[in-house]
Amino acid sequence: MSTVFLWATLITLFLMMPFVSRVITGPTIFDRVVALNGLGTLVPAALVLVGLLYDRVDMFADLALALFFLNVFTTLLIARYVRERTEAK
Amino acid sequence: MTLQAALTTLALAMGLFFVAVSVVGFRRLPDIFCRLHVLGIIDTLGVPLILLAAAIHAGPTLAAFKLILALALIAITSPIIGHLLARAALEAGHQPGVIETPAEVPPAAAWSGGGAQEAR
Repeated sequence: MSTVFLWATLITLFLMMPFVSRVITGPTIFDRVVALNGLGTLVPAALVLVGLLYDRVDMFADLALALFFLNVFTTLLIARYVRERTEAK
Repeated sequence: MTLQAALTTLALAMGLFFVAVSVVGFRRLPDIFCRLHVLGIIDTLGVPLILLAAAIHAGPTLAAFKLILALALIAITSPIIGHLLARAALEAGHQPGVIETPAEVPPAAAWSGGGAQEAR
């Protein structure tokens, strides 16, 4: 069972690579924001998988919830900021 | 292999499959709105199935309750974030439905339907 969780964690970390590259090389700011949103949704899942790997799911579930809420409010604030900046232009 | 382990592996494999589908779409689709659309697969099927696998593995404990709570919160906040990002991108001047043709493709011969490429 631990091997399954190890491979799932590795596959999830590998699947984050396109989001990371899009965050770095996005042509516009919205590419970066959308990729950051997808990355921030995948990170709690990877954290829960790491918790399964260490057999401490109860602690890592709290961390995943906190990271997920951080992602939600970060995306909200960035979207609002970008919108107001483009309206003021 | 018990039933619990089998269900955990199955849900984990399905979640990783849907995440992989979404990542392939994110790599290949051309537009911001298409990419936002494809991120919905992660929010509705990919990550919830992974969290469900963790909850099945944890059994009936407090950790499983927290994971189910996270699943419900993802289901609530994902449409809000998608709507907000799409609206912000639209108001910032991004045009949905514009096919950006490469330079070597003759546009009138390739897209005879019209209406798709006049907005550049």
